[in-house]
Amino acid sequence: MLRIITDYGGLLLVAMGRTLLLALLGLFFACIIGLIFGIMSVVHNRPCNIIAQVFVDAIRGVPMIVLAFFVYFGVPYLFNTIIGGFSVTLTALQAGTICLALNCGAYMSEIIRAGIQSVDIGQMEAARSLGLTYAMAMRRIILPQAIRTMIPSIINQFIITLKDTSILSVIGFPELVNTAKNVQANTFMSFQTWAIVGVMYLIVITILSRSAKRMERRLNVDR
Amino acid sequence: MSTDNTKQENKAGTGEVRIRVRDLKKTFGDLEVLKSISMEVHEGEVVVVIGPSGSGKSTFLRCLNRLENADSGVVEIDGTDINARGVNLNKVRENIGMVFQHFNLFNNLNVLDNMTLAPVQLSKCSKPEAADRAGKLLERVGLADKAGSYPHQLSGGQKQRVAIARALCMQPKIMLFDEPTSALDPEMVGEVLQVMKDLAADGMTMVVVTHEMGFAREVADRVVFMDGGYIVEEGTPEEVLLHPSEPRTIDFLNKVL
Repeated sequence: MLRIITDYGGLLLVAMGRTLLLALLGLFFACIIGLIFGIMSVVHNRPCNIIAQVFVDAIRGVPMIVLAFFVYFGVPYLFNTIIGGFSVTLTALQAGTICLALNCGAYMSEIIRAGIQSVDIGQMEAARSLGLTYAMAMRRIILPQAIRTMIPSIINQFIITLKDTSILSVIGFPELVNTAKNVQANTFMSFQTWAIVGVMYLIVITILSRSAKRMERRLNVDR
Repeated sequence: MSTDNTKQENKAGTGEVRIRVRDLKKTFGDLEVLKSISMEVHEGEVVVVIGPSGSGKSTFLRCLNRLENADSGVVEIDGTDINARGVNLNKVRENIGMVFQHFNLFNNLNVLDNMTLAPVQLSKCSKPEAADRAGKLLERVGLADKAGSYPHQLSGGQKQRVAIARALCMQPKIMLFDEPTSALDPEMVGEVLQVMKDLAADGMTMVVVTHEMGFAREVADRVVFMDGGYIVEEGTPEEVLLHPSEPRTIDFLNKVL
């Protein structure tokens, strides 16, 4: 156990850093995707609703490991060989970010849709009756209230996304699980290696959910 | 009392037309809520709409600022047909204040921000001007000390008075009230009605949907009785409330009075 920490501790920490980087990048774009599709699913516009619904259903219906292979191998193959004339290459980090953003974005969009719909319709009516536009009402009145109810679900989704980065070890991104596989292969100490990796995830996620709880409490003071 | 009524009738008759509704129809699915409504509201007039629940009176009110889209018919606000294509609905709504049964104060904003958000966002005035105006309005509704409070810290009556003040902060020409006292505890009804009475006395053009017959009798220039999607009877409070001629009006008034 100690030997793994002394010999490979630095390596594993760096890998954890990459895991966090991948998760943060994925979450950042997932928030944007989620907001766009979440709003598209609540506006009074049939085509927008349908597009958002198809996106969510498509992503939810495909395992992330399939999505990862599809984005990393399938998409470049489509452009370079099937269509031809392109030379598209994606790094593992790029492909991983796209996968996480799409996957997490679809769930975020559902969280955001539910959050917006949980705000009393009277809030929107009051805002519109004053002459505010739909966009102003959304930004100033509806979203700030929706975000409060969304926070526990969003944090939950963040945690799931952080753990889902491990799936991206299959496309060769040297995040924590991928690195740990190499450590195990070098040392044959599988019990120790995976115990350490498990504890590392546990610590990061516990810190994340604790600080999230604190933030949630602070946001609720004027309730 | 009789001189008072004469004065009101004169006022109601001479002002220019603020709201004109012609043959308004509205259905929800198979349910015909408004069958054919036509009426006019003049400058400075207070029209009180009464009727049993489900008679379409709230829907009618909500058609006046197009919170509900009418199926057919014309709603003109100061000569603008608000159901016409390309009409700037937000501009129209700036001039029509609305007060809701459930107050609908913005829960994420304090009282002052509730009031100043729309005027500032819509560039009606600067932030200090809006705050100044809001302060005066809060004083007028007796809540000068509540500017920093959040909606959940207020009683129902206080919320509704803030809601009225919020609508007034846009300096509207017309005020719509959708059962403003129906969700209040009985002891808070009076304070809200008093604010509305003051507003009427100041000459505001008002359309009020309510079950407060006392308010109708005292403040209305005209009472409109709706039932089954039609205006069954309208006239002065005396005519409609004291000497109704339609059997349905008589029946309704017997139940509520």
